[in-house]
Amino acid sequence: MTRKQKEHTFNIIITVFALVSAFFFVMPTVLTIANSFMTSAEISANYGAMFGNMTEDKKTFISDNVNLKFIPDKVTFDQYKGVLLKSPDYLLKFWNSVMLTVPITVFQVLLAIITSYGLSRYPNKIKSIIFFSYIILMLMPYQVTLVPNFLVAQKFNLIDSRWSVILPGIFSPFSIFLLTKVMKRIPVSYVEAAKLDGAGEIQILTKIYIPLCKGAIVSVVMLVFIDYWNMVEQPLILLKDTDMHPLSIFLSQINTGDIGLAFAVGVVYMIPTILMFLYGEDYLVEGITYSGGIKG
Amino acid sequence: MKKHRNPCGQLKEKIFSNICIVPSVIGVMIFFLVPFGIVIYYSLIKNPVSREFVGFENYHKLIKNAAFIKAAKNTAYFSLVSVPLALVLSLALAVMLERNIKGKSLFRTFFLSPLMVPTASVVLVWQVIFHNHGTLNQIIETFGGEGIDWIKSEHGQIIIICMFLWKNLGYNMILFMSALAGIPKDIIEVAELEGASRFYQFVHIKLRYLSPTILFVLILSLINSFKIFREVYLLTGDYPFDRLYMLQHFMNNTFNSIDYQKLSAAAVLFSGVMIVIIAVLLITENHFGKDIE
Repeated sequence: MTRKQKEHTFNIIITVFALVSAFFFVMPTVLTIANSFMTSAEISANYGAMFGNMTEDKKTFISDNVNLKFIPDKVTFDQYKGVLLKSPDYLLKFWNSVMLTVPITVFQVLLAIITSYGLSRYPNKIKSIIFFSYIILMLMPYQVTLVPNFLVAQKFNLIDSRWSVILPGIFSPFSIFLLTKVMKRIPVSYVEAAKLDGAGEIQILTKIYIPLCKGAIVSVVMLVFIDYWNMVEQPLILLKDTDMHPLSIFLSQINTGDIGLAFAVGVVYMIPTILMFLYGEDYLVEGITYSGGIKG
Repeated sequence: MKKHRNPCGQLKEKIFSNICIVPSVIGVMIFFLVPFGIVIYYSLIKNPVSREFVGFENYHKLIKNAAFIKAAKNTAYFSLVSVPLALVLSLALAVMLERNIKGKSLFRTFFLSPLMVPTASVVLVWQVIFHNHGTLNQIIETFGGEGIDWIKSEHGQIIIICMFLWKNLGYNMILFMSALAGIPKDIIEVAELEGASRFYQFVHIKLRYLSPTILFVLILSLINSFKIFREVYLLTGDYPFDRLYMLQHFMNNTFNSIDYQKLSAAAVLFSGVMIVIIAVLLITENHFGKDIE
């Protein structure tokens, strides 16, 4: 075989590998979406065995086996109708998720834009110490940070209030880490040129820094949003009142009841993040690229 | 000349850039630093009422605590298996997509997509796959094997390792892809002219250049591996089976019993361990990455 032929066969093997892995990566998501169009009867027929305790008296499922199905027998929107019309609980929990995630994302990113600007302009020793401590803080797992968060929430009587989750979230340093790294790359000459044109510091921030960091800002918004949209640890400890829990926690309790709706609720819950992904994939990739590397 | 032009303006700008940092610093002080100081203090006293200083007694009790030992063991096992796997597999994906294959960007989208899917949305599918009478066991039984109840078994961690890899490989892959793209082309060309094999190029040249990224991916995956509680909680609820009892479960239980001393000692101990691990990784990378910088 010539070298070219060799390359060609090698590429085919790689493509097959890529296809197989791609299958595993999209399968859980695709299956959830596909199953959300099944009728409740079909769901309990296929998955009823998983929830044996609730169906014991009236055996609605056909076999003891749980059958994973890709394509529904009959496509219906019944599950979605059930979620939207019959079960206000899910909508309420969805709203809880929104009320926690949106303020955290908006304020964490706004604060990060200002702070990163401050950290990247006129660098000095104190600023590098602050940046370094933020990195250390960012690397601390919840098992460490939740204890101080809990003490503060208790001190200020915030337990069972959304603020107990929102406030530490706003001051979480991840966005500052990423945006500072991006802003440090902006050439000083841009700033000098703007200054000659009479721009003040605020104009430099709004007219130069923010537009140049647009991609990074969009990707930070996405990364922060998905992180908190997915949260489990903080509400479990800081919100004892389960009525305030976000849908990310509530979804796990669903299997005791309306299993027929579970897939549709799952799909509804992933819509915001999937839309973000479809809109901003390239920004996301750009942002992730910038996040690489601990040092400056 | 320039400096003399507008010294007042420059001073003002410097002050402005300092003011920008203040809100964040105050917030971090209030919500993280000062309370963490209190956590350290709590870990050294007998109880918040008597405030008697007891040295390392709380730590001593903690490391003798059976639940803590179990949680620490399970978490350590999970991290030790899943972090290297995440590193190797994401590098493999990145190398795979480095080649000129059709639909490259589509593959990138597929591999990255789990990052943006909430775990809670898809947890049912994972349950179906690993259920006692579920998909995986059906496949095993078709081939004449004997299925086990994965979630409740000794091998329960396999499920969460899969879920962890599924979610995190994409992010790491992007990091490796950009690092691979950043390797100077001329070095690879010279190596090729000299007749170096692909394998040699990869091990002796590319891995060298990738070492800062490898370090970062290691740290990142380690941090993410401590978030696996989410997956376990969504799979099994409050009371997981033995092998899935993680540090966060231990923390939750301690929160519920409001044992501040135990809680504080655990948080301080854990933060110390993290700092040591990160320092060791940084020093190692400095040692190996020096000659290419």
